[in-house]
Amino acid sequence: MPKYTLMLRENGTAFAGLSPADFQAIIQRYGAWRDELQRAGKFAGGHKLRDGAGRVMRKNSSKIVVTDGPFTEGKEVIGGLFVIEAASYDEAVSIANGCPHLDYGSIEVREVEVTRP
Amino acid sequence: MIDDLNFQHVFAHIVAALTRILGPRHLSLAEEAAQDALVKALQLWPLQGEPANPSAWLIQVAKNRALDLLRRDQRLVELDPSTADRAPARQSETVAAGAMIAAAGVDPSADARLRSETAPPDDDQLAMMFLACHPILPREARVALTLKIVCGFGVREIAHAFLAREDAIAQRLVRAKRQLRDADIGFELTAADYAERLDSVLDVLYLLFNEGYAAHAGDRLVRSDLCREAIRLGDLLADAGAKLCTVNGAAAVHALVALLHLQAARLPARVGDDDVLLRLADQDRSLWDASSIARGLQHLDAAASGDRLTVYHVEAGIAACHAVAARYEETDWPRIAELYDSLLVMKPTPVVALNRAIAISRVHGPRAGLAAVDAIAGDAVLARYYLLHATVGELALETGDRDRAAECFRAALACECSEPERRFLERRLRDAARGAAN
Repeated sequence: MPKYTLMLRENGTAFAGLSPADFQAIIQRYGAWRDELQRAGKFAGGHKLRDGAGRVMRKNSSKIVVTDGPFTEGKEVIGGLFVIEAASYDEAVSIANGCPHLDYGSIEVREVEVTRP
Repeated sequence: MIDDLNFQHVFAHIVAALTRILGPRHLSLAEEAAQDALVKALQLWPLQGEPANPSAWLIQVAKNRALDLLRRDQRLVELDPSTADRAPARQSETVAAGAMIAAAGVDPSADARLRSETAPPDDDQLAMMFLACHPILPREARVALTLKIVCGFGVREIAHAFLAREDAIAQRLVRAKRQLRDADIGFELTAADYAERLDSVLDVLYLLFNEGYAAHAGDRLVRSDLCREAIRLGDLLADAGAKLCTVNGAAAVHALVALLHLQAARLPARVGDDDVLLRLADQDRSLWDASSIARGLQHLDAAASGDRLTVYHVEAGIAACHAVAARYEETDWPRIAELYDSLLVMKPTPVVALNRAIAISRVHGPRAGLAAVDAIAGDAVLARYYLLHATVGELALETGDRDRAAECFRAALACECSEPERRFLERRLRDAARGAAN
């Protein structure tokens, strides 16, 4: 079955002002969403990317230029990603639709391309 | 497992444990570290799955975060010494605190305190209660701070419960923490601290419960949380704290806890299926919680020690009269009227006077009740209180004066009241118009 990545973008201020009960409710909703995917055999992993620790590398004529990044100020950055399996892009989108992340960030759904030799 | 975890309690647990280690002057930092640990959990657990021991995980992350925050504050002071008096940490303190946090990770006895699974240990919770209710703080700040650091409520939830603005609550909390920091309050409680702060603690629990019980308006879920938390903390105080109080102090604790249980016993019967508020006379008494009543009566017994009679004693006595009456008709109204006489002396408020008038009407008839109400009806606060008008309406109806009754129920509806109360009043207005007495 084709694999899709759900890239989770957030802007870093979304958690401000959440109460312990809010955290509990959101984490429980995530758990339920994950469990359902796992039961259906469609969950293929999740990765959290380390906050604010990364470099962007670019080749400028012959020199490699390295800058700190990604720049988190005021912009949505990818905080992590899920990998799921789905029969079609539409199904992947409908799975992402139920993801609690949408309450405080955006999700980019991309199919993992597999090229047969 | 996470389903067994109460995040509010874990939050309170972390804040209490860090405050014990770092001292109350670092309360804000303890809260920040606890909050950051929850953010981290929300970012990691959905993606990586939950850790085997979620509460231990949260505590460890919060401890590490507290150390980072201490170092950050320390660096700020080094960069700009003029901030030294505002910065919560001095260098020597940072080093000492860091050592204590680190030691709490290896010393099994210190770590046991941080690792106990769900809620903070009783003595930590008591210390936090007595800190949040410190008499140097204004009364409304004590309530807000108790909900925040002892009950794990968020600012929005506190604002909701007290129909206040979020920024007002947030400011109140910041000011309260600054006051505690400036006063350099210690964490461990002495007998003198108990004596000095107990009345304030009882007052806050009483207020929390009444706020939840009254349900003037707003979210019913948050409000039942207030009653639940007041009872939880009351029980804790009665179990673990009362032995640390004087005889009279312990008696007051038991009296308050008796009152809370006896009132809470009636909660399941107060609102009918159609979401209409039910009067005592109309409640299905089989829905009253018998175990709460039993606990309340036990505490009322325990409250008889000592020689100081508090408002809580009298109010619990009244609640007990209602609780033990199997039917409304069996209520011991002469006893209740007598207790209201005492209460009015101790707490001469219009609302107590109104309740006393109701008791008099049950003993001596509606006209005697109306005469007692007339004596207080000029009160400006009462004039805006729906229960004054509703009470006069009921008594007028009993004397057969339907016009006056209808007029009173209309006046009651013009006052602020909750949805179930409004529905009740509308029903009574229709009854008055139809000429039904009940």
